[in-house]
Amino acid sequence: MTAQAPDPVTAQQSLLQLEKLQRPAIGPVSLAVDAGECVCISGPSGAGKSQLLRAIADLDPHAGEVRLSGMPADSISPPEWRRQVGLLPPESSWWLPRVSDHFHARVLLAEVGLADSILEQPVARLSSGEKQRLALLRLLANQPSVLLLDEPTANLDPENTRRVEAMIAAYRATHGAAVIWVSHDQEQAARVCDRHYATVAGTLQLLAAKSPA
Amino acid sequence: MIVLSVVDLVIAATLVLLLALLSLRMHPDLGRQLVIAALRTAIQLSLIGLVLKVLFANASLLWVTLMACIMLLIAGREVMVRQERRFRGWWGYAVGTFSMFVSSFVVTIFALTVILGDDPWYTPQYAIPLLGMLLGNTMNGISISMDRLTQTAWEQATTIEARLMLGERADEAIADIRRQAIRSGMIPIINAMAAAGVISLPGMMTGQILAGAAPLDAVKYQILIMFLIAAGTGLGTLAAVAVGARHLFDARQRLCLDRLRQRP
Repeated sequence: MTAQAPDPVTAQQSLLQLEKLQRPAIGPVSLAVDAGECVCISGPSGAGKSQLLRAIADLDPHAGEVRLSGMPADSISPPEWRRQVGLLPPESSWWLPRVSDHFHARVLLAEVGLADSILEQPVARLSSGEKQRLALLRLLANQPSVLLLDEPTANLDPENTRRVEAMIAAYRATHGAAVIWVSHDQEQAARVCDRHYATVAGTLQLLAAKSPA
Repeated sequence: MIVLSVVDLVIAATLVLLLALLSLRMHPDLGRQLVIAALRTAIQLSLIGLVLKVLFANASLLWVTLMACIMLLIAGREVMVRQERRFRGWWGYAVGTFSMFVSSFVVTIFALTVILGDDPWYTPQYAIPLLGMLLGNTMNGISISMDRLTQTAWEQATTIEARLMLGERADEAIADIRRQAIRSGMIPIINAMAAAGVISLPGMMTGQILAGAAPLDAVKYQILIMFLIAAGTGLGTLAAVAVGARHLFDARQRLCLDRLRQRP
């Protein structure tokens, strides 16, 4: 089964809908992700996974349409769209000197294994794993309804990987968020997602799906 | 004023020729470049001298405007070619020319009509040198600020996009870079004003003194010019950076680095 033809019944109710989305390296991709659902995408580097996520967040021009609760992206202002459809890139960027400068509200550092004192540190002294977890917290502070995660645990040890997975699962449950998770780790995909796709020649091929509980 | 004869210039030219001969031994190409540049100076300045002579004799608004427009278009092109990563297509040219228009044209017309108030206001003896000095000096600031804007946006694309991803508007995401670009465009004129008379004797003032003007009168003109250049550079830089920063994004507030040319 391919991802080209979403079930017309569920497509109507899905939180996030991709309709023939196309970028140079990938597509056309049609996919529907329900509220609270997690979809994993695996595939070799350069297969267009990041391009797909960037197109969904409307960071690159693309063909096709993306809808959030039935509303097309074009009908929502770009900043509002990107707050709702939050993309976590593989490498985080920091533009102010201190960690705390990038946060406006209280953050749940302990849940991802970080101490409160990290907020007072200069960004330059953070490890890549710390940056990755802080970037996730920064993104969640926007309370997006869709999470686009591009290898969110690539720089983490197994213990912190589990913490991040648990945090995302909790956010998904409490906020009813739809998640698209790009991961190279097959075991992780099996742990976290409801459906698992692989990129094959620019399209999404369904590898596995959990039957609805 | 002591009027120079052709012989006087030939004597000065022998100095350049001597230098060319000297450098020929060390670096053959340098000598050649020196002679070509010296010839260009002589030919270009003679031609502009002839043009100005004709223009002064026929002080009509039409001819002055035509001359001013040619100068503006050349300056706009110069602003563009000085940037390493300029906008593709006619945009690169349009941004430069538009900002030069704001910085020099508007300020020159203001100075001619409000401050100098000659009759007619477009008297070429004042209008053309004033415009020339403004174009020449503000060009610097504008091209530096545009170069800084496009270069920094290119280098910090990841950061700009990270801010967009978190829901910042395009103008918020590029605000820091825009500020830096404006600042670097303004620094040359701020330095020039701070150093004027102490470290350097500005060219226009020295020219007027050589031509026999009283030093204090020459100083007054120089102060006027400095202020006009500062105002022109500021306005032109603001305009160039504002238009340029907007054009780095499309209607959906996506960063469009493909609108910039690759470094040659």
